[in-house]
Amino acid sequence: MKLRCAVLAALLPATGIYAQEHVGQSSPADVERGAGLYSANCSFCHGASGDSIAGVDLRSGKFRHAVSDEDLGRVILAGIPGTAMPPHKFDAMEINGVIAYIRSMRDFNTAPVATGDPIRGRDLYEGKGACNGCHRIGSAGSRMAPDLTAIGTIRAAAVLEQKLLDPNSTMLPINRSVRAITKTGKVISGRRLNEDTFSVQILDSHENLVSLMKSDLTEYTVLPITPMPSYKDKLTGQEISDVVAYLLTLKGIN
Amino acid sequence: MRRLIFAFCLGTGLCSAQVGSTSVTVDRLVKAQDEPQNWLTYSGTYASQRYSTLSQITPLNAKTLEQKWVFQAESLQKLETVPLVVDGIMYLTQPPNDVVALDARTGRVFWIYAYKPSPDAKPCCGAVNRGLAIVGETLYMATIDAHLIAIDAHTGKPIWNTTVADAGAGYAMTLAPLVVKDKVVVGVAGGEYGIRGFLAAYDVKTGKEAWRFYTIPGPGEPGHETWPNDDSWKHGGASVWLTGSYDPALNLIYWGVGNPGPDWNPAQRAGSNLYADSAIALDADTGKLKWHFQFTPNDGYDYDSVQIPVLVDALWNGAPRKLMLWANRNGFFYVLDRVTGKFLSGHNFVKVNWASGLDDAGKPVATPTPPGAITYPGVQGGTNWYSPSYSPHTGLFYLSAWEDYGSVFERQENEYKEGQRFTGGRPGSAIPGSPNPGIRGAPINTATEAAGHGSVMALDIHTGQKKWTFPMTDVTDAGILSTASDLLFTGGREGYFLVLDARSGGLIWKANLGGAISAAPISYQLDGKEYVAIAAGHALFVYGLRDTP
Repeated sequence: MKLRCAVLAALLPATGIYAQEHVGQSSPADVERGAGLYSANCSFCHGASGDSIAGVDLRSGKFRHAVSDEDLGRVILAGIPGTAMPPHKFDAMEINGVIAYIRSMRDFNTAPVATGDPIRGRDLYEGKGACNGCHRIGSAGSRMAPDLTAIGTIRAAAVLEQKLLDPNSTMLPINRSVRAITKTGKVISGRRLNEDTFSVQILDSHENLVSLMKSDLTEYTVLPITPMPSYKDKLTGQEISDVVAYLLTLKGIN
Repeated sequence: MRRLIFAFCLGTGLCSAQVGSTSVTVDRLVKAQDEPQNWLTYSGTYASQRYSTLSQITPLNAKTLEQKWVFQAESLQKLETVPLVVDGIMYLTQPPNDVVALDARTGRVFWIYAYKPSPDAKPCCGAVNRGLAIVGETLYMATIDAHLIAIDAHTGKPIWNTTVADAGAGYAMTLAPLVVKDKVVVGVAGGEYGIRGFLAAYDVKTGKEAWRFYTIPGPGEPGHETWPNDDSWKHGGASVWLTGSYDPALNLIYWGVGNPGPDWNPAQRAGSNLYADSAIALDADTGKLKWHFQFTPNDGYDYDSVQIPVLVDALWNGAPRKLMLWANRNGFFYVLDRVTGKFLSGHNFVKVNWASGLDDAGKPVATPTPPGAITYPGVQGGTNWYSPSYSPHTGLFYLSAWEDYGSVFERQENEYKEGQRFTGGRPGSAIPGSPNPGIRGAPINTATEAAGHGSVMALDIHTGQKKWTFPMTDVTDAGILSTASDLLFTGGREGYFLVLDARSGGLIWKANLGGAISAAPISYQLDGKEYVAIAAGHALFVYGLRDTP
C-alpha cells in the first residue's frame, strides 16, 4: 500500500507533492522507537542500511517470508528456522516500532527533494540526458551501466538526485570500470561484477560476461571513478527533478 | 588393544575403523600430539597450536591433492564445525545441533543424533556450532539453547542432557567443549543480550556441575569494583564462545573472554569491566582464578578476546619460558608468560587507531576517535574467532587478519530488558553509502578494496613483525593448520581452500569449494595416507594426495 502511494505521488505531475511524504502510516514516534530497536537487534546482521545480507534488502519493501506488516511481525518474533534469523522478544509497541522503521528504510537520505514531472523526465532520460546509452530499462538501452528497471524500489529520491549530480559519491566499488591487458596483448575493459584474489568477472564493452584469471594478465586496473558524467551542468534543476521523478516510477518487471 | 587392532588393519587391508574398539583416555588427550593420525580436540592438542606432525603432503607433491569425499550438511546455516577424528571415525556437527558419525575414509554416515534446540534460542550471529569434545567413549556437544549433552559415540544416543543456562534470557552455546580430566568445560555466548558470562565444568559421567566461574565478579569479589555501583555487572556480557587451552603440567586452563555489554556504549558501564576482553587462567580442578590479563579495558568496539590461547614453550630473551601467544581482535599481537600472566610483548599487526600503543604492562594507551570518525580495526576486528596456528618447525605464528578495515561507531543509551539485544548503538560503514564487510559473506563481494581486505599473516613471535603476508581480495574467517612439512592450510570468504608455503607465504595449491570457509582445517591419517578436512559453505570436504595406480 505504501509503495502504491509512492508511485502515485511520483506520478502526480508537478503538484508540489514530495515523494518522501508517503511515509504517513506510522507515527514518527513509532519510527524513532523502531530505529533504536533496529539498531540494537537487527543492524549487526542486516547492516545499518538494511542490505548487508545477500539477497535480503530491507529497503526494498519486498520480503521472502512476509508481505503484510502482520507477516513481518510474525517473522521477526519467531525467526526463520534453518536460517541465521533468530526469534526476538518484543512487546506489541516495540514490534510496531521495528516494522515502522523497516518500512521507512526506503526513505533513507530523505533530504527534501523536489520531484518533477515523470513524463518530461522520461523524455530527458531518452533524449537530452542520453541515459539509455549506458543504462537499461526492461529490454531497452545498453547494459554497460547498472540496470534501472527497478531502481524506483531501491533508491530514494535524494539518493537518485545525488547520483545525477555527483555520480562518484554513490557508486558501489563493485561497479567500477576495469581495464585489463592479457599476456597476448588483448585489451579488455568493462564493468566489474565480482572479484576475488585470483579472478575478476566483468561485463565487457561488448556486453559479454567475461571471467579473467589475474595470472593471465599483464595489467589490471580498477578505475577509481565512474564513467558516468555529472548532470550538474548538463541539465537544469527542474530537469534533474523530472528525471528523478521518472526513475521513481520504475518498479521492476512486475 | 588399539595397537593390536591397528596392526590387524594394516595386515589385512580390511581396515574398517571400529568405534568402541578404542577409548579416548585422558592420557591420550594429554598426549594428543603423539597420535597425529587422529584429531582429538577442537584445536588438535591442549596447547592449541593447530600444528600436525604429519608430513606426507609436502610443498612438492601438494599439487596432486584431490578431493576424496564430501559430506553435505542438511542445513543452510554456515558450517563452522571442526571435526574430531578418532581411530578412523569422524565426528562432526551440522547446524544447529546435530552430531554426525561417519567413516573418515569414505564419508559414509554411521549415525546422526538430531537435537532440536528450544525455539527460545537466540544466538546472536547465526545458529552455528563449532564442534565436539570426546573422552572415553562419550561425545559432548554444547547447544544454541545452552544445554550440554553427552552422547554415546557408538550409537549416537544421548546419555545426559544438562541445562547450563536460560536460553530465553539470551544465553547460548556455540563452542566446542573442552574435556579436562574428569570434567567437561563450556562457556556461554550472549554478549549481545546482556548476559552475565561464565565458564562451568561438568562431571563427564553425570553432567553434574562441578564448578562455575563468572567472568564478571559479583559483589565482594576482586574485580567487582571495575563495574559501576549499580546492576551493570548483572548483564555486562563477558561471554565465552570459543574453546580454551590447557596446560597439564601447570594444571591451568586458559580461556578468552568476550566483550562487555552494552557493546558500543562504554559510558554506560564506566570502569575497566573485568574480566571482559581478558585472558583468564583457572585451576582446572576448582575453577579458581589464578591470573588474568585484560587486553581492552572498558571496550567500546566489541573487541571480544575469545581467541584461542596458543601455548608454546620457547626461548624468550635466551631463557626457556612458558609462553601464551595471542593475536587479539583489537589488532595487537601479545606474548604473555602463561605461568604468571605477565605481559612480555605486544605489537599491532593491522592498522590500529583506537590506541597509540601498549605501555610496559601491556595496557593500551587509548586514543578514542571523535564521533563520526573511523576506528581501526572495525567492529569485526583485526582478527576474530579464526583459529591461528603456531609451527614449532618454522617458529612462526600464523593468523587470518582483516587489514585496513574500520568502522564508525554510533553510541546510544540502551536499557536492559531480559532476552532483548543489548548493544548500545551500532557500528556503521567506514565508507558512507558503501557496504563494508560484515559478519557474513556473499558470493559477490560488494565491498571490495575500498573497505579493507583479508590476509594470512606469519608473525615472528619475538618481534611481532610480519615475516610474510598473503593478501586476499575479500576478507577471511578461516582458521589455519600448519604441518611439519611446512605447509599451511587455510581458506577465506571467497571459498578457496588454500595451501601456502609456511616459510614464504607463497601459494602452492588451491581449490574452489564454492562456499565461504569459516572453519579451521584439520589433518588425520588412515591406512598410511594423510588427509586434510575443511568445512566450506554447507559441506565438509576431505582432500588427500592423488592415488598412484
